[in-house]
Amino acid sequence: MGNEKDHLEAIEGKEKFRYIGTSPIRPDGVDKVTGRANFGADFTANGMIHGRVVRSSHAHAKIKSINIEKALKMKGVKAIVTGQDFPKIDPSDKVVGEVVVSFYDMSQNVIARDKVFYDGHAVAAVAATSIKIAEEAAALIEIEYEVLPAVMTVIDAMKKNAPVLHKGMKTEGMDPVPKRSSNVASRAELKLGNAAEAFKDADVIVERDYTAQTVHQGYIEPHACVAEVSADGMATIWSSSQGQFMVRAFVAKLCAMNASKIKVIPSEIGGGFGGKTKVYLEPLALLLSRQSGRPVKMVMTREEVLRATGPTSGGHARAKIGAKKDGTLVAAELEMEYEAGAFAGSPVKLGCMTGFAPYNLKHVSCIGWDVVVNRPQAAAYRAPGAPVAAFAVESAMDELADTLGIDPLELRIKNAAVEGTQAPYGVKFPKIGCLETLRQAKATEHYNMPLGPNQGRGVASGFWFNIGGQSSASVMVNPDGTVIVATGSPDIGGSRASMALMAAEVLGIDYDNIKPLVADTESVPFSDLTGGSRVTFATGKAVVEAAEDAVNDMKRRAAKVWDVDIDQVEWKDGIATCIETDIHKPMTIAEIAAMAGKTGGAISGKANINAKGAGAAFATHICDVEVDPETGYVQVLRYTAVQDVGTAIHPAYVEGQMQGGAVQGIGWALNEEYVYSKDGQLQNTGFLDYRVPVASDMPMIDTVIVEVPNPGHPYGVRGVGEVPIVPPLGAVANAVSHAIGIRMADLPMSPPKILATIDAAD
Amino acid sequence: MAKVTLPIEVARSHCHGERGHDVSGSDIREIVKKLELQFPGLRERLNQGLAVAIDGEIFQDWLLQEVETDSEVYFLPAIEGG
Repeated sequence: MGNEKDHLEAIEGKEKFRYIGTSPIRPDGVDKVTGRANFGADFTANGMIHGRVVRSSHAHAKIKSINIEKALKMKGVKAIVTGQDFPKIDPSDKVVGEVVVSFYDMSQNVIARDKVFYDGHAVAAVAATSIKIAEEAAALIEIEYEVLPAVMTVIDAMKKNAPVLHKGMKTEGMDPVPKRSSNVASRAELKLGNAAEAFKDADVIVERDYTAQTVHQGYIEPHACVAEVSADGMATIWSSSQGQFMVRAFVAKLCAMNASKIKVIPSEIGGGFGGKTKVYLEPLALLLSRQSGRPVKMVMTREEVLRATGPTSGGHARAKIGAKKDGTLVAAELEMEYEAGAFAGSPVKLGCMTGFAPYNLKHVSCIGWDVVVNRPQAAAYRAPGAPVAAFAVESAMDELADTLGIDPLELRIKNAAVEGTQAPYGVKFPKIGCLETLRQAKATEHYNMPLGPNQGRGVASGFWFNIGGQSSASVMVNPDGTVIVATGSPDIGGSRASMALMAAEVLGIDYDNIKPLVADTESVPFSDLTGGSRVTFATGKAVVEAAEDAVNDMKRRAAKVWDVDIDQVEWKDGIATCIETDIHKPMTIAEIAAMAGKTGGAISGKANINAKGAGAAFATHICDVEVDPETGYVQVLRYTAVQDVGTAIHPAYVEGQMQGGAVQGIGWALNEEYVYSKDGQLQNTGFLDYRVPVASDMPMIDTVIVEVPNPGHPYGVRGVGEVPIVPPLGAVANAVSHAIGIRMADLPMSPPKILATIDAAD
Repeated sequence: MAKVTLPIEVARSHCHGERGHDVSGSDIREIVKKLELQFPGLRERLNQGLAVAIDGEIFQDWLLQEVETDSEVYFLPAIEGG
């Protein structure tokens, strides 16, 4: 970045931004509120037929046979696929490097082969001329199972004689590697200093076990797609996902196709939160289309979404913290076991890395166990792995503050991570805003308000890394001087608006003159998926560079017209001015664009980057609750989220991310959980029984935006989408614990559980 | 020389438990190549789901990242996001 220094000087107040920091209406807003926007289920194609999935009702079983004959004979049925129709993938076939992705597991998760591993696991798929016929045909498919005992929790799965899901699974990270197969996929350990020895210097030690349940991301839009394979084998997929390039890569692998033969067109997305970083329906729809020669549409029901798509890991954690009487932390330990679901890959390592990250600790040990159970394979969910770890750590910090008689925010301020602090995973933090969030939280009116009877207040902090990654952007100047900004990053949280604002800032033209769009896989170069709080940071960086490229192009055109050197052309507020002499009338972007044909053709800019310099995010939340001692019902009275966002490009959408993350965390803390029968069948398969918070449950979530600019971004951006879900579990648990006078260490804190806890203490 | 720190489980399985190594090299590829000579099989293991932090900055694609003579290099679990 040639002018990164200039940008940062602007952030520090030496120059005021014109567009960044404003909150205009999102470009896709009107379409979304009027119902015109096209989501995954809205697409229709000529000759389209409909696909339905046959799912296992057993949590663990061998598939002895599948008979599709009756279903195939049914009028209107055009295609049926089972696991046998998919290419065989070798167990060793993994993408390694950035993240290990097992295509073997992915393929089995999309459609079972020899075994089913959870209630809802896909076994076959049918395409027919109507949904009704497809459903009736699905019911005619005969599947013979040999039912096996299911293991539903990490505790049961880790027992010595537990039924083993995957023969041959030997715990990675153990030395020596175990000889017996087990359900423990891997063990990870992080260590700084010598915690065991340092605990001897502690005046006070708190230690407790914590549990959290499997929860779903709870996006409103179910998974949906249309796939069409033409006679020449070229495929087009319309789908709702967090990454059109991710869909293309995964479908290509699972269906043994070249990426160049698959075009993926992203629809609008009605929520993802990490849950749409996988494929479920797309490979099935593609094979059904190939077999039938017709476009195939597949839309999940809510029941299917809950039974068969990635929730996040429930698990168990044991946190131990030692401190001096003055509150100085001396040592800490965290050991966690996370449910991976049916296939390895829970985010337990990330839990280990994040739990103690808000604190300056010289001696810390974290151990994580990745455990497979008969539940759907875990998928990412906002700051994957971090919330459960933070729940344990922040609860322990609260207990420590109580024990020491120190204000809980003061205890955190005393031990806060700052620039140069070594995180538990070894890295020394660059410029961060952890301490600033704590100080601002302490200064809020909320934190200093008195509480009434049966009320409690809790605080908690949280950390998330944020990531960069590959992003591409094209800036195209139209003949009238308006601009199109194309990226490959699906817009989940208002990123179109952020892209337009950053482009407006560089180009010096009005936000309304910029049209940001999310392009398909054949219209923009590769981009990593939308996730990891990376889009405003990384794709934003690409947009800034592409806009600068376009500005340079326009300066060249003006220089050509004026017959001067490009160094003599200054660009400001969308106007090129000749510095050397005033004989040349300044040219607006529209005037330059109108002359493009005479100066070399269309004007554009592009940038393809692998963004470095992602800035870590910290947040501190304050929660007030009132607990009804008669019913155990928890009313959240007041909630404030304080977060370092680097620079808020679009403050209203930054607030929206903070509020949304907080509410999802409150739901995780108070109500949400997967409820299984003894046989491993999911019991709460709709939003009536799987209780996410709704607007009427919540108070206004107050926000305090803290801006400690990230030096790694031209405008100081840090990711904002994930860290707000990290503190709420601890903040709510601490508030409830104070309200009832008993430490709550088991989520969700539903009314029956709270009543039982109160009754047990009486 | 860069100060390289390996994850505990990798150090146990490939380096006799030694986490810290002083290695010279202008980029991570060169550093890993030298470590591989000392600990055969390490390169393949480091390519499986690990990121690298160089002087505090985390890289998911790390092979060609440059390092200074006194850089601190940490191999750590790769970071995914939601």
